[in-house]
Amino acid sequence: MEFINYYFIPGLVLGCIYALGAVGVSLLFGILRFAHFAHGDLITLGAYIAFFFTSTFGLTGLLSLPMAILFSVVICILIDRFFYKPLRFSPTVILLISSFGIALMLRATVQLIWGVEIESYNEGTFSVPLKIFDTLIIAEKHIYIVLFTFLIILIMHYFLAKTTMGKAMRAVSDNASLAQITGINTEKVIIWTWVIGGSLAASAGVFLGIDTQLQSNMGWDLLLPIFAAAILGGIGSPYGAIIGGLIIGMAEELSSYTWLGDGLPLLSPGYKTGVAFAIMVLLLIWRPSGILKGKVF
Amino acid sequence: MSEVWLGYLLYLIALLTMGGIYSILTVGLNIQWGFTGLFNVGIAGFFAIGAYTSALITSPISEQHLGGYDLPVAFGFIFAMISSAVIGYFVGKLCIRLRSDYLAIATIGVAEIFRLILKNELWATNGPRGISNIPRPFEDLAQPWSQLLFLTIVLIILFLVYIISQKAHNSPWGRVMRAIRDNDKAAEAIGKNVEKFRIQAFMFGCSLMGLGGALTAHYFKFIGPEATEPVMATFLIWVMLIIGGSGNNLGAIIGAFLVWTIWSGMEIFTAQLPPDWAVKATFLRIFLVGLVLQVILQKFPLGIFQEKPPKRD
Repeated sequence: MEFINYYFIPGLVLGCIYALGAVGVSLLFGILRFAHFAHGDLITLGAYIAFFFTSTFGLTGLLSLPMAILFSVVICILIDRFFYKPLRFSPTVILLISSFGIALMLRATVQLIWGVEIESYNEGTFSVPLKIFDTLIIAEKHIYIVLFTFLIILIMHYFLAKTTMGKAMRAVSDNASLAQITGINTEKVIIWTWVIGGSLAASAGVFLGIDTQLQSNMGWDLLLPIFAAAILGGIGSPYGAIIGGLIIGMAEELSSYTWLGDGLPLLSPGYKTGVAFAIMVLLLIWRPSGILKGKVF
Repeated sequence: MSEVWLGYLLYLIALLTMGGIYSILTVGLNIQWGFTGLFNVGIAGFFAIGAYTSALITSPISEQHLGGYDLPVAFGFIFAMISSAVIGYFVGKLCIRLRSDYLAIATIGVAEIFRLILKNELWATNGPRGISNIPRPFEDLAQPWSQLLFLTIVLIILFLVYIISQKAHNSPWGRVMRAIRDNDKAAEAIGKNVEKFRIQAFMFGCSLMGLGGALTAHYFKFIGPEATEPVMATFLIWVMLIIGGSGNNLGAIIGAFLVWTIWSGMEIFTAQLPPDWAVKATFLRIFLVGLVLQVILQKFPLGIFQEKPPKRD
């Protein structure tokens, strides 16, 4: 039971947060063909926008999620319009450099407005953990995070599978020039990609803020596991990214469990992030296309 | 010499010293990105590998960290270059055949893993408190001679680095590099081992980054895990190279001095502000440099000094 309470559930929660980030990275890679390095700091921004609403209006983190999503999406579209769009026909590596610059600009903005101190939402009512069957202890916030992640992913699935825009998006991801010939407006598709990527990033940020604390480099630290998750799932495949995120999150938390039975963690908790990197390195050697057969560039 | 003038002189020397060190780092990136088109976002990682290698083997024996062999500083520089190049070899071997995005992610990974090691392995690196009492050459001399002689070392090394990279750029080796950067399929078709050449360029660049790290560690006589902070050690160097003009060694050096002068010049200005504002001004500074980078990328993608292919005989 200790295993489930202290390793499995935190792993699931972390996995959900990674999955939300990785789906955005994967979709953006599929449509815009570059690794979006500012995604981590987009997550930070989403978390801090929610913090603005929790600290000014006394809302809880969860209630300020819609506002965080709204503002993040607007900011994403503006960033794309002013910084990525002019580079649309440059080599993709130029976009990579640009997004690296955007990452630091976003973080500097967060630090400029909110400072560098550790902050948290007012989660007073969420703090009592639930006890199920006397042994299973789950913090209420963890239930919310997991449920909402699944809800958000369901909405995304509906969008991608059923709506015309979702289908257009998958078409552009498969073959951009063919999609354009058939009359799909790629610019519109790109805007919708930002809508999804931005909403998921903001949700990841708010959930991470609810689960732990807010810190100006919280998103940058997520960048590596998120990319690892996207590669694991197969770049360009949003469903793979969800699985990848869950696997990476689980692997990070479970790596410090006392697997050998000697009372010591298998890996010192300080190296959790290293697990994501190790998985990614192994994948790059053995199977760069990921588990769900994504694209290899 | 009056106190005020000595102050100005010391400031100028410090500006040139750091400018020179950044120039070495930028030339290293130029060999990777400008010559060969390899996207390295983990400069901080290779910088830190060099800095710690040199610090550990040249500092006096200490309980707090590994090494302490008290070796001459020149050995520190050489081992710093070797260790960064060796790590560069493994990173290159692993992901250089994949597209640039993967190399970018892997190099970030190296920097992050290295930061974890620096923070967690207290026995080897003294953790977050870092390594102090690293020797600096000529530190026993009086001001400003001590600083001036260290600056001379930096400038001599920079000059050597420039000559060697210029030779490399104009040599058949450099030509293969540009061919690979511009069209790797064509280079492969005429029988060049693309992977081998790319790894060579990557190792060459990494060794210069390690050297830059070692110089910084000896200059400040201290190195800590913050050295792997991506803003100062990776981002600024990219901005320097893009502004100076990637592919051009002289452009890289001038870009480095220019950006460093502006960067530290802004610091003089922000130091006048009340402390509360001074902290905020640091972030504003990062934001502005980021904005400048975006403008350069969009309007002057070739930088101030464009790449000049060597003349034909």
